[in-house]
Formats: sequence, C-alpha cells, structure tokens
Amino acid sequence: MDVEQLSRLQFAFTAMFHYIFPPFSIGMGLLLVLFESLYIITKKRIYETITRFWIKIFAANFSVGVATGIVLEFEFGTNWAAYSRFVGDVFGSPLAAEGIFAFFLESGFLAILLFGWNRVKPGMHLFATIMVAFGSIMSGFWIIVANSWQQTPVAYELVTDAQGFTRAVITDFWGVIFSPSSMPRFFHSIVGAFVQGAFLVLSVSAYYILKKKHLEFAQRSFFIALLVAAGASLLQPAIGHISAHVAYEHQPAKLAAFEGLYETQREAPLYLFGYTDPETETTTGLAVPGGLSFLLGWDTDMEVKGLDQFAKEDRPPPVNAVFQSYHIMVGLGMLFIAMTLLALWFYFRSTLFEQRWFMKLFMFSVALPVVANQAGWYSAERGRQPWLVYGLLRTKDGVSKSISAEEVIISLVLFALIYLLLFFTWLYVLDKEIKHGPDTHEAQETAYPDRRERIDVLSKTLH
Amino acid sequence: MDYNIAWFIVVGLLLTGYAILDGFDLGVGALHLFAKGDHDRRIMLNSIGPVWDGNEVWLVTAGGALFAAFPEIYATAFSSFYLPFMFLLFALIFRAVSIEFRSKEDMKAWRNFWDACFSIGSIMAALLFGIAIGNVILGFEIGADRSYQGTFFDLFTPYTLLTGVFNLFMFTMHGAIYLTMKTEGALKQRVERWVLKAYVPFVLFYALTTVATIYLRPAMLANFSFGYIPQEGTTHQLIIDHHVLISVLAWLVVLLNLLAILNIPRAIHKNRPFQAFISSALMMMAIILFFALGLFPDMMVSNLSPKYSLHIYNAASSQGTLKTMLILSCIGLPFVVVYTTIIYRTYRGVTRLDESSY
Ligand code: HDD
Ligand code: HEM
Ligand code: HEM
Repeated sequence: MDVEQLSRLQFAFTAMFHYIFPPFSIGMGLLLVLFESLYIITKKRIYETITRFWIKIFAANFSVGVATGIVLEFEFGTNWAAYSRFVGDVFGSPLAAEGIFAFFLESGFLAILLFGWNRVKPGMHLFATIMVAFGSIMSGFWIIVANSWQQTPVAYELVTDAQGFTRAVITDFWGVIFSPSSMPRFFHSIVGAFVQGAFLVLSVSAYYILKKKHLEFAQRSFFIALLVAAGASLLQPAIGHISAHVAYEHQPAKLAAFEGLYETQREAPLYLFGYTDPETETTTGLAVPGGLSFLLGWDTDMEVKGLDQFAKEDRPPPVNAVFQSYHIMVGLGMLFIAMTLLALWFYFRSTLFEQRWFMKLFMFSVALPVVANQAGWYSAERGRQPWLVYGLLRTKDGVSKSISAEEVIISLVLFALIYLLLFFTWLYVLDKEIKHGPDTHEAQETAYPDRRERIDVLSKTLH
Repeated sequence: MDYNIAWFIVVGLLLTGYAILDGFDLGVGALHLFAKGDHDRRIMLNSIGPVWDGNEVWLVTAGGALFAAFPEIYATAFSSFYLPFMFLLFALIFRAVSIEFRSKEDMKAWRNFWDACFSIGSIMAALLFGIAIGNVILGFEIGADRSYQGTFFDLFTPYTLLTGVFNLFMFTMHGAIYLTMKTEGALKQRVERWVLKAYVPFVLFYALTTVATIYLRPAMLANFSFGYIPQEGTTHQLIIDHHVLISVLAWLVVLLNLLAILNIPRAIHKNRPFQAFISSALMMMAIILFFALGLFPDMMVSNLSPKYSLHIYNAASSQGTLKTMLILSCIGLPFVVVYTTIIYRTYRGVTRLDESSY
C-alpha cells in the first residue's frame, strides 16, 4: 500500500474510533441536564443519586473522547499536508473557532461538573452541566461545519500566489459556515448522538431492572432516557431526508451510490435491501418501484440521475460498501422508532418493566446506535470519494509529500495497538462502575451528614 | 502593525498559555513516580485533576489557530516531524486516560501500570516539545515545495536533544513549584526539596542552551542586537525602523528574566509558593518571547536556502480570513480568560481528596 492508502486507512480508523465516544458524551450531556434539573426542581434525593451515578459514566467516556480527539486535530497536518495548504484559509477557521468557542467552554465547566458537587452551590453546578452539554454540541457544530464545506464547497475562490501555489480562499465567511449541507448534517449528527447517549442509559437501566437491583433508580432513568430516545429517533429520518435532498442537489454521484442507482431513470426504485454488482452495474434486491423518484420529487415519474452520468474515476468506489452502510443506517433508524414506540406503549399500560425479553433487548442494543452513527459517517465520507474536497481536490492530491509509507505503517500499527488497549480498558472501567451501581442515598446520608463535611472524608479514613 | 503580525502575536500568546499551564501539569507528571504511596500519588493527580484538560485545550487551539492563520506552517511543521509528532500524540493519549483510569481499580499492578504511563507520557511529551523547538531554532531542510527533505534521524542532533532535556527540567521545576501551592505537611516538604533539586540542572541547562544557541545560530540575536548582528533570512521593516527601542526592551526582559529565576529559590525559602510560581511563569514567558523575537518575521527557517523559509507573509492565509478570525478571537479570548479564572478560583488552595476525586 502507498502513502495515500495508508493515510486514508489511518484517518478512517482514528476518526471512526474517536466517533465512538463523542455521541455518548453529547447524548448523555443532554440527559444529565434533564436529571439534574429534575433534582433542582423536585429536590428529591433519588434524582441526586441518578445524576451523580451518570456523571461517573459520563466522565469515563469523556476522557477517552478527549484523548482520541487531539489526534484528529493534528492529523490534517501530519498526513494531509497538501490538503491543509490548499484549504487552510477556509477550513482552518472553523477548527480554530471550535477551540476558542467550544473546547474551552466544555473543558472549563467539566471541572465543576466532575469535582464540584461539594464545592459550588447546586444552581452553579446545574449551570456547569448545561454549559458542558452546550459546549459539546458546539464542538460538534464547528467540526461538522468544517467537514460540510469539504462536502459542498461554496463561498471560495481559487487563488494562485507568486510561487505558483494554488489554494482556496474564503470570499464570504458566513457562506462557508452555512454551506448547503452544514445545517442538516449538524442536526442529523447531534440527534444521532442523542439516540446513542439515551440508548446507553436504557441499556444499563435495563440491566438493573433484570437483576432486580436499584429498581427506583433504574426505572426513572429508563423512562426519561426513553422519552429522549423516542423523540430523537422520530426526528432522525426527517432530518436525514433533508440531507438526502441536499446530497442529491450537490453531490448527485454520492446519492446515486447510496441508493445503488446505476442507470439514470424515471420511476427510480427505492431499495429496502439488496446488493450492487460492479461487473454488470446493476442492483438486485427488494425495492419499492418509483420510491426514490417519489421521495425526491413527490412524483414517481421524476427522473433521477444515476452513476452512469459520471466518469468511472469520479464515482465513489466501491459502490456496494456505501450502499450497504447507508442501508444499515436507515434500517437501524426504523428499528429504533419501532423499539421506542413499543416501549412507550408498554409503559403507558404499566407493563414495560415486566417485559423481560424486551429489557434484554434494550440491554444489548446499546451497540446499535454506535453502528448507525459509524455507518452514517462511513457513507458520508466514503461517498465523497474520490474527492477530498468535492469537485476541487482529489484525495490522492491531498496527501503529505514528506512522509514515507514506512512511517505511516509504524504509526498505524501503534494506533491499532494503543486503541485496542484503550477500548478494552474503557469497557472494563465502565463494567466496574455499572456493577458497583449507584450509591444509595442512605449510604450517602449516613456517611456525609452535611454537604460541606464531605470534603476530606476519604483522606481522613486513608490516613 | 498588520494582521500578519497580530496573528504572530496571537499564536505566540496561545503557545505561552500552553507552556505555562500544561507545563506545570506535565511537570507534575514527570515527578509522579517520585511520590511514594497511594495517598501522595492521588494528591498529585488530583492537584491537576480539574485543570489538565483545559490546559491541553491551549495546545488544541494553538493548532487550530496555526491552521487558520498560517496553514503553511501547520502543514510543514506536522508533516516534517511526522514520527516524533505521532509519539507526542501517543504520549498525550496515555497521559489523558491514565489520569481517568488509574484510581478506578484497587489492584496494585493496575495502579502501578497507569502511574507509569502517566509519568512516562508526561516526560516524553516534555522532551519532544523541546526537541521540536530546537529544530525550529536551528532550521531544517525545507525545500522549494515547502515540504521537508530530510529524514527522521536528522531531527535528532546534540543541540535538539539539549533543548529537549532543558525543556524537561524547566517543566519539572515548574510542576514542583505548582505542587508547593497544592500540598501540605510532609508531602509539601518533600515537594520543596524537589523544586531545589530541579532548579540546579535547570539553571545549568539554561546556560548551556543559551551558549549553544548563540554559537550555532547567532542570528537568533539579530533582532535585539541594536542592529549589530545581521539577520540571515528575512528582515522586517518594523525591526529596521525601531531596532533601538526593541533591543532596549528585549534586554530589559533579559534582566527581568534573570531576576525571576533568582527569585524562585528565595520565594520557596520564604514560603511564598505563589510568588515562586509567578516567577517561574514569567521566566517561561520571557523564553518564548526571546524565541519569537529571534525568529521574527520568519516562522520556520529552511537551512537549504533562505528563500524557502516560511515567514509570516508567505505562510499566511488571506487578509480577509486573518481579519475575520482576529475579530472572532477578540470576542472569544476574554471568555476563555473568564472560564480559566473561575476554575482556578474554585479549586484554589491545598488539594484534598473527596469521593469525586480520581
Ligand atoms: C473536519 C473534517 C472531518 C471530520 C469532522 C470527519 N472527517 Fe472523515 N475524513 C476527513 C475529514 C473529516 C478527511 C481529512 O477529509 C478524510 C481523510 C482522507 C479523506 O479522503 O478524507 C476523511 C476520511 C474518512 C474516511 C475514509 C474514507 C476512505 O478513505 O474511504 C472515513 C471512513 C471517515 N473519514 C470517517 C469519519 C468519521 C467517522 C468521522 C466522525 C467524526 C469523520 N470522518 C469526521
Ligand atoms: C432513518 C432514516 C435516516 C436517513 C434517511 C438518514 C440519511 C442520511 C444521509 C442522506 C446522510 C448523508 C448526508 C451527507 O453525506 O450529506 C446521513 C449521514 C449520517 N447519518 Fe443518517 N439517516 C437516517 C438515520 C440515521 C440514524 C438513526 C443515525 C444514528 C443514530 C444516523 C446517523 C448519521 C450520521 C452520524 C451521519 C454522518 C453525518 C452526516 O453526514 O450528517 N442516521 N444520514
Ligand atoms: C425512511 C423513511 C422515510 C420517511 C418516513 C420519509 C418522510 C418524508 C417526509 C414526511 C417528507 C416531507 C418533508 C417536506 O414536506 O418537505 C420527506 C421529504 C423528503 N425526503 Fe423522505 N422519507 C423517508 C426516506 C427518504 C429517503 C431514503 C430519501 C432519500 C433518498 C428521502 C428523501 C427526501 C427528500 C429529498 C425530501 C424533500 C422533498 C422536498 O423537498 O419536497 N426520504 N420525507
């Protein structure tokens, strides 16, 4: 493999690994705000127990997100230097804004969220929690703005300097921020993160319910997370649609690959599942005739552009990978809607927590939103190929000139080993926290009669 | 003063913030294994617990600012130092997760493992930053295509190793000084001895690095030599017009820097840890100022030909971007100062453990 392929592999691996964690942080951030607001409003101790337990889970996840995120911030420079020179003027700005406006906010108030329970007033603590949740959504905003510009580049001009280097230069800052795909993709990703965070809470709570432990804690957590999961799951296809429409308008080759549409046609079919064959350039599977035309134009007779409109070297390779990942995402989206609506139905008939099979299903389905989010990014990024900046710069032209394949192999192997270690340690630590469970408030009550006195209890017992 | 100079200053400020803030927590990390016993180690970890993440954001933001304002520097720097930079990233990853994972399990082997990761990660990071700075001072093989022409091993010379070790001692001392504000009792006495033990090699290496720098690259002094030493590469009109003023100011900073260094053991003796910390922070500011003034207006010097050097004009983004981003920074940075102040105020004073500690 050459430097280009290795660098792609490394970027894909590190980005996808990173993207396991941010959606948990964003989704749980929202839930922490809800839990803690309930505590402040109702003053019930059970909500304190709930908030403090989920803060611990949140923390373990957040730190891995931070550790793996720093890598991405610099990887554009290390592996994609030619790309960085080409787009720096445009792409660097949202990245800098992310640091200034989001990361500082997030990391600052995180200190109060994690360690401040005994140090600051409850109102201030809630404020910090809200700021952390808001900050993590804002960091999503800026990075997706940056990524969206490379999907649908606008508001730039190409400038060649005295030494003959060509690069893209911003002509309208707000035009770059609100490039055609940025808002739909931002909302789609954030709502996807809400689903993932809520499913983690659902899964752990279902585990306690099955074990008949911490029942009040688990049922309340479950219900609140269920509301979030259901709302987010219902929103997701609607936003996904708008994204699909934008993609059809600005990146038609990508949408054709998502849908496995080789031939430009009227009454384009909508495949529910199937596979594409690169040899014969056909797609086989179960399809709704005219479905795609209908969704794109509210008219089954509309003509939809297929891959045959594009030269072979301008098509996302291989079509089948994108087709499958896109369909996995959409299929899982449908499943989330079904699961959460059914659970709500059981809940209002007061039989939800007796459905052991259903609790088991929830316990195991924490992995599904992770898969859906990964599949979504995989489709979006792979569907952008062979372009690094759509229509402007090919991936092979973006790679650093001064690095060798050996160097990238070394870093890639080390990333693989280190991330493997991180992943299992993270699972182990989460498992331990979950087995330990929330501190019941009787225990908190006897150990710490007064808020102020809690500081130092541990150091005294250790001395 | 134009936008390019303003951005040179902003990037400089971000790096200074990073060096002073993350410098002390890398230093605490370098000292971590010297603390004996679980309780002491937990105190060390928790002394930086609430702040290390925010400190690291200074690096991330400096990276983003470089990318936005000087994309050529961002691209050339990180692709030239590819492997060292990857090792730096690994070091930072291990540090970050060790802090979180270490106290989650009671097993001795577990804690020892993460303690070692934390400490070695911190030491590696401090060394690699120093080595990178050394390379920027000496210049390296930047070609006509603005890419690095040398090899991995060219980056490690006696001089760059010297700057690496110097940086390690500087951060270690700075970290020990920070700990004097955060500890009490027997641990505090031990920490004060660490300050003095790190102080001696720090001063030695500082002197050695200064002599070696002036010997190997006298042009680093050009901008504050009252016009006596010629600049090798690019010279800025601003320097030519105001060389007396700039030189006088720079030598004043040299003097203050000396006083700050001398004040460190004095303040520790008189049990004024905060004063010692401020002295050490001022000293680091001064070093970065000399470095920046030495290079200006170049940012990365090519030792193949001065015309390949990257300076604040040929490496910069368009004027429009520099202007927009400068406005955004002026809006954002005051907020950053406010958050930072709130956090350091909330967690001021001696570190003690409670149930939410690491
Ligand atoms: C700010 C920009 C940005 C952001 C937010 C992301 N990516 Fe990306 N991605 C790139 C910028 C980029 C890139 C630098 O442009 C790459 C590297 C090589 C390439 O072709 O595009 C890329 C490639 C790339 C590939 C490889 C495609 C291929 O080579 O076939 C995958 C699978 C992903 N990314 C996945 C992700 C995931 C899971 C992300 C979630 C956080 C993500 N990307 C965020
Ligand atoms: C159910 C119907 C869904 C539809 C129609 C849909 C549609 C889309 C489309 C068209 C894209 C590509 C956008 C682009 O590249 O411009 C996309 C990307 C993505 N999807 Fe979905 N999606 C659905 C469900 C989900 C679900 C349930 C999740 C996660 C829980 C999810 C997570 C993502 C993510 C993370 C991306 C990448 C970011 C982006 O490009 O917006 N999607 N989706
Ligand atoms: C998953 C099941 C789906 C449901 C329930 C659904 C539902 C809807 C609804 C209610 C709208 C109306 C919004 C409006 O009035 O503008 C809409 C619009 C749209 N959908 Fe879907 N959709 C689905 C799948 C898809 C898929 C897979 C695609 C992509 C190929 C798609 C592409 C679009 C587009 C482009 C629009 C905008 C049409 C317009 O501008 O009028 N949809 N969809």
